[in-house]
Amino acid sequence: MTINVKTFPRLAEAASALSSERAAHFFGGGTLIMRAVNEADPGVQTIVRSTDPVLGHIGTSSGRIELGAGVTMAAILAERELSFLHPVARAVGGPAVREAATVGGNLFARSPYGDFAAALLALDATVSLAGGFTQREQPLEEFLGHRERGKSVIAMVAFKRPPPDSFRFAKVTRVHPKGISVLSISAQVPSASGRIAGARIAYGAMAPTPVRAKAAERALEGRALDAAGIAQALAVAADGTAPTDDAIASAWWRREILPVYLRRLLLGTAAA
Amino acid sequence: MKTPIQFFLNGEEVAAFVESGANLLDTLRETVGDLSVKGGCWQGTCGTCTVLIDGVPRVSCVTLAETCAGKSIETTAGLRRGPDLHPLQTAFMEHFAAQCGYCTPGMLMAAKALLDRNPNPTRADVIDAICGNICRCTGYEPIIEAVLDAAHGDARHRA
Repeated sequence: MTINVKTFPRLAEAASALSSERAAHFFGGGTLIMRAVNEADPGVQTIVRSTDPVLGHIGTSSGRIELGAGVTMAAILAERELSFLHPVARAVGGPAVREAATVGGNLFARSPYGDFAAALLALDATVSLAGGFTQREQPLEEFLGHRERGKSVIAMVAFKRPPPDSFRFAKVTRVHPKGISVLSISAQVPSASGRIAGARIAYGAMAPTPVRAKAAERALEGRALDAAGIAQALAVAADGTAPTDDAIASAWWRREILPVYLRRLLLGTAAA
Repeated sequence: MKTPIQFFLNGEEVAAFVESGANLLDTLRETVGDLSVKGGCWQGTCGTCTVLIDGVPRVSCVTLAETCAGKSIETTAGLRRGPDLHPLQTAFMEHFAAQCGYCTPGMLMAAKALLDRNPNPTRADVIDAICGNICRCTGYEPIIEAVLDAAHGDARHRA
């Protein structure tokens, strides 16, 4: 099947082209779209790509981190200022995939993939969506809620740099060192005077899209980060999740092990 | 619809017309005729199609060929120099690191990417470098030993 490939120097032009064709898909690094092309998926007839340099932008100079949608996992691993994200980027495929897999692409990865998107959710990230003539910002959680319906071109994701040592990540897999997620947990656990303040926890592979653990977050508020302080959060860890059965794990197993790994992550006994 | 592209394959300039939307793996094998690159899953999962693009490893089955215009591509066909095998090839033979051999081209290129960047890798470095490449025969140990030998041992002198 011949695919129509359209390349645009500006992201806005690519966004216009994408919205004008029904079976058109935006090309990030190719690790998702090329699978569909190789399988002759009739839903992919046109690939829209852009060489706009904004896609490769990495901004770390202030308290705000900006990642262009075309930034690869390998580029994140090469950036010392993003060391808190290195365990997450390293969990995406092997080295050859990391050279292609992009931040923007990961936001569209279907469960059980999308661990990087879950990490961004725990970091309270926003996405900048490119339209024909405009660019608008939207909370990542809102974007994930309707990502299947829209034909969005993501220009960039941005978030506040987390306080030192407050961000944690764990990925549970059956195969090491590289395996598909049974589940992943990303947590930002800032503390003030020994009490947790404004915790953010997000899961990968626990729902069709990465999902926030809002009940657990609420249960952690004002508590100490110790066994007693996190007990209530563990009890409600699976609230709001909707895991599915797949070849990697059953939904039941995912729910069963979630509090175990959340406990290890929060108490600092989990290998990232 | 075909698109003209030009790139460098193992140092030689190549010009070809590729089907729009074609992946690099099929382009190398079917259009250019480099059969040293193997296809396994066409999903970017197994790693046997790994090649180096401008020195970094990429799974060629999910690489859009058109994005490789002007780039330098290395495959296992370019590893040996005349009669001399690459030290990695020698080490793979000496450590029995290939059984059915299907993963070997991808393993060699993933390992070459590592050694080009880091000539003195640790065992953990080697494991990370080949973690995207699936082997169903060897249990990985002979491959890891071969890569370490190519880096630190005598394989480079015997090659």
